[in-house]
Amino acid sequence: MVASTVAERGGAERVASRSLTTRVARAFRRNGPGYLFLTPWLIGFFGLTLGPTIASLVLSFTNYSLLEPPTWAGLENYHYAFFEDGDLRDAVGVTFSYVLWSVPLKLAIALGLAMLLDRGIRAAAFFRAVFYLPSLLGASVAIAVLWRQIFGDQGLVNHVLALFGFTGPSWITHPSYSLWTLVALAVWQFGSPMIIFLAGLRQIPTDLYEAAAMDGAGQFRQFYKITLPLLTPVVFFNLVLQAIDAFKAFTPAFIISSGTGGPINSTLFYTLYLYQQAFGYFRMGYASALAWLLLVIIAVFTAVAFLTSRSWVYYQDEAH
Amino acid sequence: MPQPASRAAAAALLRYALMFCAAVVMIYPLLWMISSALKPEQDIFTDVSLIPKEWNFDNFINGWTALGVSFTTFFENSIIIAVFCVIGNVLACSLTAYAFARLEFRLKRLWFALMLGTLMLPYHVTLVPQYILFLHLGWVNTFLPLIVPKFLAVDAFFIFLMVQFFRGLPREIDEAAIMDGCGPWRIYWRIMMPLSMPVLATAAIFSFIFTYDDFLGPLIYLNDIRDYTVPLALRNFVDATGESRFGQLFAMSTLSLIPVFIMFLSFQRLIIRGITLGALKH
Repeated sequence: MVASTVAERGGAERVASRSLTTRVARAFRRNGPGYLFLTPWLIGFFGLTLGPTIASLVLSFTNYSLLEPPTWAGLENYHYAFFEDGDLRDAVGVTFSYVLWSVPLKLAIALGLAMLLDRGIRAAAFFRAVFYLPSLLGASVAIAVLWRQIFGDQGLVNHVLALFGFTGPSWITHPSYSLWTLVALAVWQFGSPMIIFLAGLRQIPTDLYEAAAMDGAGQFRQFYKITLPLLTPVVFFNLVLQAIDAFKAFTPAFIISSGTGGPINSTLFYTLYLYQQAFGYFRMGYASALAWLLLVIIAVFTAVAFLTSRSWVYYQDEAH
Repeated sequence: MPQPASRAAAAALLRYALMFCAAVVMIYPLLWMISSALKPEQDIFTDVSLIPKEWNFDNFINGWTALGVSFTTFFENSIIIAVFCVIGNVLACSLTAYAFARLEFRLKRLWFALMLGTLMLPYHVTLVPQYILFLHLGWVNTFLPLIVPKFLAVDAFFIFLMVQFFRGLPREIDEAAIMDGCGPWRIYWRIMMPLSMPVLATAAIFSFIFTYDDFLGPLIYLNDIRDYTVPLALRNFVDATGESRFGQLFAMSTLSLIPVFIMFLSFQRLIIRGITLGALKH
């Protein structure tokens, strides 16, 4: 075995290298175009998504103010977040109550109006457009600015209340009401889940209702026995999507509180607090820890939603 | 006992009444904003009527230049950023989607799974390191941090939408083109792109609306008022004028909504199809 001649070895190498080049050429011919098309995404994925995600995890264990190089802090940021940061506790509380109130209200109204629209009424296209418009415009700063004035001391709501002889508070600057103005703003944008419900309702076969009516089932019974079960996949989709969006909400709270999250932290959304830490105080390490905690919160929420969905989401295909 | 017919009529009437009330509640704030923009300052909170006594465009004229730098600049900045983002998103996402939908290559499944994974990733996780990266590249206070990522297909949602659409196109077209000697580039550019106009338009419309409305990105990266986008300028307006000059603020807010409103009027069908596309395909 050891006594292979030089010539033999040279030949073997030449064969190996030739087969290597042909292998590379063949691999390139087969994979080249795919990777060429994928290049922009790959650069973006490694440079702007995966790289920064890892960097943010590393930074979350450091103190970093941008001016000096980061210093290792171990679990300090997480310890502070979990046990000492009262503002963070407020932010988590505010964000959870925002999600827990705005999402179910929004979905209930969206479903109710989708069902009214589904009855083949006249001018349905007009109503659909009117209901949908706010959810398209609602993400803008202009609407948040408008909301500030509607619920302001001298705002539209108080003027309407004054017509009936009531004196309304300054909703925006009152800590007990300010979050509710943001919930109202979110609910006002029920249009896009409504459109999705509407599409879901159209997929329910009408003969089911006809059969149920023949058997003497009333409208409420039809709703609970046919509409709702067959719509659960769409409810689930809307629920997950809207909740994740609500966790990530930023602009309305920023505009309505002028970036403070006040009065007394009552509108301090999680993302607003993260923004303050990162770009107000330049605590980049702590902000990264907050970002990772948000990622975990959203991941846990999504996982719980998917796990519980088995017991309440009904897929027609599985029934057979 | 009422007749079934009259009961049905009553139910229909009730439905219309409900819908009408809901429509008024939905649209009233917008109408109030527009009408306030047309009223003199002192009338906004005293005159409850939606129709101004006299049409007054002073708020639009004075508001346009109220910040020192005129809204012409802010609209220009917004439109420049939005247009580049649309081009970037449509090009980069369709290239990526074409690779995933039609080409074969090693590790394709892995990349595809990772791409779907980025859909779930909240942007906050990448926010700080991206800022540090762009700071070191000297891109802060330019439009580049807002535009360049779109040319690198970071919006996975659009890739996903396009992959779904491309997969629905018949494979026979590709095969015929390959027989005729077309390479993947020509198939993509000459065949797939023209056939995919609906999904490309949907992606373009949503990219435009998202980037036009984006607030956090410009807030972080743009500090010079001459680089401000319309949302940043509006926020500045609130801070600069505080509780005065509502009329001008409303006038500029109204104008800022016009581009998205035009999108809505022109492409309502595509927008509505766009939001239902992801939902109903399990």
